[in-house]
Amino acid sequence: MTAPLGFVMLCHTALHRAAEVARFWAATGCPVVIHVDRRTGAAEYRRLVEDMADVDIVSFSRRYACEWGTWSLVAATQAAATQLLARHPDVRHVYLASGACLPLRPVEELIDYLDARPQTDFIESVTTADVTWTVGGLAEERFTLSFPFSWRKHRRLFDFYVGAQRRIGLRRTIPKGLVPHLGSQWWCLTRRTLSAILEDPDRAEHDAYFRRVWIPDESYFQTLARLYSTRIESRSLTLAKFDVQGKPHTFYDDHLQLLRRSDCFVARKAWPQANRLYRTFLAPPTPGGTRAEPNPGKIDRLFAKAVERRTRGRAGLYMQSRFPLQDHENGKTSAPYSVFHGFSDLFENFDIWLSKSVGSRVHGHLFAPGRAEFAGGETVFNGALSDCAALRDYNPRAFLTNLIWNTRGERQCFQFSPRDNQDCNWFMATDPNAQISVVSGSWAVPLSRANLNFSDIRREAARLQRIETEHLKILRTMYVKARVRIWTMAEFIENPMEPLQAILDEISPRSARPLTEAPKLVDLTGFGQFLQNLKNQGMMPTLMGDFAVTDEPQPPARDRGRPYLVR
Amino acid sequence: MRLWERYRLRLRRKRLRFRAFRKRRELSPVADHTGTLRRDAILLVTVLRNERIRLPFFLRYYRDLGISHFLVVDNGSDDGSREYLAAQADVSLWTTRASYRGSRYGADWMNWLLMRHGRGHWILAVDVDEFFIYPFSDSRPIRALTDWLDTSARRSFPAMVVDMYPKGPIDAEPYREGANPFEIANWFDSGNYMISRNPTFGNLWIQGGPRARTMFADRPREAPSLNKIPLVKWNWSYCFVSSTHMLLPRGLNLVYDELGGERASGCLLHAKFLSPFTAKVAEELERREHFAQSREYIAYAETLRESGDLWCKWSEKYINWRQLEILGLMSKGNWA
Repeated sequence: MTAPLGFVMLCHTALHRAAEVARFWAATGCPVVIHVDRRTGAAEYRRLVEDMADVDIVSFSRRYACEWGTWSLVAATQAAATQLLARHPDVRHVYLASGACLPLRPVEELIDYLDARPQTDFIESVTTADVTWTVGGLAEERFTLSFPFSWRKHRRLFDFYVGAQRRIGLRRTIPKGLVPHLGSQWWCLTRRTLSAILEDPDRAEHDAYFRRVWIPDESYFQTLARLYSTRIESRSLTLAKFDVQGKPHTFYDDHLQLLRRSDCFVARKAWPQANRLYRTFLAPPTPGGTRAEPNPGKIDRLFAKAVERRTRGRAGLYMQSRFPLQDHENGKTSAPYSVFHGFSDLFENFDIWLSKSVGSRVHGHLFAPGRAEFAGGETVFNGALSDCAALRDYNPRAFLTNLIWNTRGERQCFQFSPRDNQDCNWFMATDPNAQISVVSGSWAVPLSRANLNFSDIRREAARLQRIETEHLKILRTMYVKARVRIWTMAEFIENPMEPLQAILDEISPRSARPLTEAPKLVDLTGFGQFLQNLKNQGMMPTLMGDFAVTDEPQPPARDRGRPYLVR
Repeated sequence: MRLWERYRLRLRRKRLRFRAFRKRRELSPVADHTGTLRRDAILLVTVLRNERIRLPFFLRYYRDLGISHFLVVDNGSDDGSREYLAAQADVSLWTTRASYRGSRYGADWMNWLLMRHGRGHWILAVDVDEFFIYPFSDSRPIRALTDWLDTSARRSFPAMVVDMYPKGPIDAEPYREGANPFEIANWFDSGNYMISRNPTFGNLWIQGGPRARTMFADRPREAPSLNKIPLVKWNWSYCFVSSTHMLLPRGLNLVYDELGGERASGCLLHAKFLSPFTAKVAEELERREHFAQSREYIAYAETLRESGDLWCKWSEKYINWRQLEILGLMSKGNWA
């Protein structure tokens, strides 16, 4: 009298591990039929057979040469299952496992679980329309095209033939009565269902059809079980996780606790040299209460995260194994940051005022010609980023992305002006994390007070105006993803508090504290005259907006307690 | 890539391989155990000179990682390195007095040894002061990684060089034989690396770290390259082009994802900045056998003359590979 549960094992490598597992199952009276790939060496096979000779309920089935994605795997399963059913009449459930499967719970618990559900077939079986995980995009077409070429060995021929069939419109007809279903190839079927499939009078027709279906081991039993089973639980009792390439994740020693807590019956697949896993799970069961339903939630999350990391990665990270092409970045930078263009020329100690008003790090001109002006005059910043201008200008984009990456969790603000390195302008403009606020033309303010020859001033003014015009052109293209605000200087000084409040509200929306203290506007006496002088010298300053020639611009009245805000 | 360019790279690869073939005469075997190699052995290849004091820890570290056999070229050591290595059962040793520069900084010798013994093996090409770490390297042996790479159909695995340095002058604390160098040199730069693409070979060119920060700040172009691809499933047609920075055929250099995802990668912890550093720099300046007229060593000498301290306020103290993963210097990719 053997147990009511029998195992079919498909093996091709690491046969010593398969032997250990087979022995573990047989120890509780479960008959095992082992199929060994014919391409596995004869010596290895002989060693396994000799090794298992002392266990009489372990037998070996006819060997097929198995190739992934082909009929041979189904043929091997059929032969082994037939043998199991014929030799062991007590078997009620047949469990299909691979040589790399690892039992996680004592077999008795699995038998009890199945005893409580004697008529249930555990087989993942989903209609093609509902499947999202197929690799290569072939779902429905697995059943309607034919696949005479190996996907592994002759990929081009395979793809060409698939394409050709699509173009010509060749379609195979699905045999009457079959509704294509797909699912994990690791199942547990009842004798009733399995023997109905194997002894079906139409089996020759079914086999002939599935022989040309793509990856029939994921569809043959899954489809036919729907014909005969009275009760299908559409899930696999084997825990198997697949990665983006469609191959199963491997379990190692460090997964021990996760596997133990998953309460699944069998996991696929274990690394053959994961000694601790095999030692732990194949040890004789320790007495203890029976455990809960399988609950692989934690493992699911772990592997879902791995897939996410492989396909989307960490936003804003540039490193040796993640270097996205332009516009494929999934986040050009890792966190929001603010660029204040022209503000430092217009206000005295603007950075000090700003750092008081918002709770984030405020730098000076990070791209200044002399050095990167880190907050607090630091020479080295987070991540050992140097303030050296040569180093920064060697790769300004890396400098910016490094800075934002190194300070994750803390918003960065920095000053900008046309005097600074302009290489990142396109990058920042197309970065949704950037908040760029521009007061155009304010670069002229320091010039108006510079102690230089007027011809030099005029030349410098022309240069800065050209650079800023270029930058503004970028900020006004349709490609802009950043949050951009642009004011002319004249516009801005008329009422600076309202725009400033809007910017700060966006930086820290929750604080919603109205500004109490205004930054101090620099003295603009003589600025109108300076602009007129430039004009008189033949240069046309356009970016400041309209300033009266002689009248001094009027700064806003200071006595208002709080600025007027439109809410 | 145009057909013509591809053909030129092919010619280049053939030329490099022929060059390695010619350089075989420079190597004379001291201890050759390669006859006993198993088919699935994981090999480590290295070229060294006068590294006796570092060898015991180096061998132990990589034995623990699961390296089956070491292929070593000794470039004229006179400090007992050769005798020490010859006595190890899992080391095959060749010796040469020929020029290091003449063999393109050891690449020719390495290519020849791999041509001869590397076929079909996973090989790890590192220097004696480089220590390979990869995701889960504290719980999984290197064979777990190579098995996984095999099933993922990947032929090469990148590992960026992370320069490790002590706090205070480099030579302050003497290194004792057999000790873990990262007990002394346990600081590194976490976020100042600059990356660009090399259009010819398809690899990434990474510069930065403490050397760029302190020694090459005024001429960053000359800062040492930190990108390396040390772990390769070797095929007879492969060769290293320039140290282990890049390989041919160029497909081996495409170890990074270009569509936003992360591939798995490791790091080479670089224990260069460790005593006896001053003596080593003096010796190498004398020999002038290093890359680009040894400009790196000239810079090292300058640094040593000044303060000899690479440490700064934002240096990061090394804990484990998970820390490097979080900092974004390496990645688990989809290995979980």
